[in-house]
Amino acid sequence: MGKTFSRPEALSDAHTHYCPGCTHGIVHRLVAEVIDELGIRGRTVGIAPVGCAVLAYNYFTCDFQEAAHGRAPAMATGIKRVRPDLMVFTYQGDGDLASIGMGEIVHAANRGEKFTTIFINNAIYGMTGGQMAPTTMPGQRATTAPAGRDVEKTGMPMRMCELLSSLATPGYIARETVLKPKYINKAKKAIKKAFEFQKENRCFSFVEIVSTCPTNWGMTPLDAMKWAEDTLLPYYPLGEFKTPDA
Amino acid sequence: MAKVLMKGNEAIGEAAIRAGCKNYFAYPITPQSEVAEYLAKRMPEVDGVFVQGESEVAVGYMIFGAAGCGERVMTTSSSPGISLMSEALSYIAGARCPAVFVNIMRGGPGLGGILPSQGDYFQATKGGGHGDYRLLVMAPEGVQEAVEMTMKAFNLAEKYRGPVMILGDGLIGQMMEPVEFPENFDTTPTNKDDWATSGMDTRKSDKKNIVKSLFLDPKALNDHNLLLKSNYERMKQEEILYEGYNTDADYKVLIVSYGTMSRVCKTAIDTMKAQGLEIGMIRPQTLFPFPEKAVHEAAVKASCSHVVSIELNMGQMVEDVDRCVKGQRPVTWYGECGGDIPTPEEIIDHVKSLLNN
Ligand SMILES: Cc1ncc(C[n+]2csc(CCOP(=O)(O)OP(=O)(O)O)c2C)c(N)n1
Ligand code: SF4
Repeated sequence: MGKTFSRPEALSDAHTHYCPGCTHGIVHRLVAEVIDELGIRGRTVGIAPVGCAVLAYNYFTCDFQEAAHGRAPAMATGIKRVRPDLMVFTYQGDGDLASIGMGEIVHAANRGEKFTTIFINNAIYGMTGGQMAPTTMPGQRATTAPAGRDVEKTGMPMRMCELLSSLATPGYIARETVLKPKYINKAKKAIKKAFEFQKENRCFSFVEIVSTCPTNWGMTPLDAMKWAEDTLLPYYPLGEFKTPDA
Repeated sequence: MAKVLMKGNEAIGEAAIRAGCKNYFAYPITPQSEVAEYLAKRMPEVDGVFVQGESEVAVGYMIFGAAGCGERVMTTSSSPGISLMSEALSYIAGARCPAVFVNIMRGGPGLGGILPSQGDYFQATKGGGHGDYRLLVMAPEGVQEAVEMTMKAFNLAEKYRGPVMILGDGLIGQMMEPVEFPENFDTTPTNKDDWATSGMDTRKSDKKNIVKSLFLDPKALNDHNLLLKSNYERMKQEEILYEGYNTDADYKVLIVSYGTMSRVCKTAIDTMKAQGLEIGMIRPQTLFPFPEKAVHEAAVKASCSHVVSIELNMGQMVEDVDRCVKGQRPVTWYGECGGDIPTPEEIIDHVKSLLNN
């Protein structure tokens, strides 16, 4: 019998350091599959964020650069402008992208930089131990919001897809999730589209993945999946927000 | 090539192109904005890249990303902008990427002023960004030297795989002087296959390259930092540059001064010589590595009774001068730190006052 399931070539055989039940691993795999399917591994440069995915360069088998917290879109701009023939993607968490790196992502998107961003929204700072993120839900507890996020003092959670879609520059902006198998195929399709738009040199492309952080949410992986579906998805609706064709 | 009359900032931009740098990212700030204005026009003519970033923070990483691909890259800025780029400088040094940073200094701290200053000496030579790294820092005294140093900086950045800084000041950026561009300059980046993220397809081996500054294992970080240190030690052996002025004479006072300020000192020294008073000067052209031996030897000359560091700041290089003189002569500071430049007459008065004490 032939092999029906194997590791994508773009993924290394290293053991990841992610917690059990964390969705980072699933998203890595989807990105790797897309890289394989498009046959671009030899001309791809990934950019790792600061956050739980900081070691992403160990898990992919293509060239990688490691950015500072939030600066990946500026770094991607530098790479893509001097080497337009390369395929460039950033992989960023919500603290990284929506907080410290808000300026970098908004301006890269607005310039229409031809790279792809994979944005992991787990509504919290994972790596540093569960502090509040710009995406943390109202009332959601975090170590720096022990009584739950107070929107009177901290504002409402930021919706990056909606915000980026408001820019007049053409782009591909989509939000998907990997919380259940039924969502995973759609997430992969969006990631593939994003890379294809880059390959065709058409536009900036951005895929947000609503994710979990069982460790810092203080939940079992299953409870985390359920909580995310019940609480995050109503506020962070899935779908395509913008395409270059529209 | 015949000499052409050019403004310092524009000459620096042209020098970069002639050194094979086709990639320039910047953010406007007085008194260096003309570099960006010049290259916004020139880069497209040579099929190069110019991006005006949204901030110096972002520009620092545009440079980092491009440098990580093994391309020749440059940015220019002025003091407050360099502060914002300091984060990237630390990462670029840590990730061992070659890049050229030009700082056309203005007065500080804070918004300070827009007139010439040398207030960023500490920032350039002792850090700026976090961590255990150094920059190779060159300080031109005028437009011609700014051109030569800028061109050379790309080769040095590649030789040491790290950021190199040209430390000029507002006067050098703004003044016009005749310049000649060196010809037959080596403009090809050295082989980057071993480390640059140029895409695996461009390499013979199937090795992936990673550009990073993260070393979580203490032993690995220690080894990495020792490697950086060995580079800095090598710079001290191979890259120190300085000029001695009137150092053959039996001078009574030794001036140490660099950049724009040293040119005024030269005029003062010539005037005093005509009056029968010998004054010598060491002009560091590299601020890191610092010409330690040259300063020491010049200071302990038998005829010399005093060493004075003349700078456009409140006394920064004087600490390095003092370190080199090792207590063998009194070392003091003289200068202005608001944007004015001391006149030759003021320098003469000050030097004479040192001799009368
Ligand atoms: C300049 C800077 N500030 C703060 C930090 C500390 N830090 C590391 S990871 C992180 C949060 C990352 O959270 P997120 O981007 O949401 O990613 P996650 O860990 O959840 O995947 C912070 C604040 C840093 N490394 N650099
Ligand atoms: S801390 Fe959270 S985001 Fe980070 S690896 Fe663990 S579960 Fe995943």
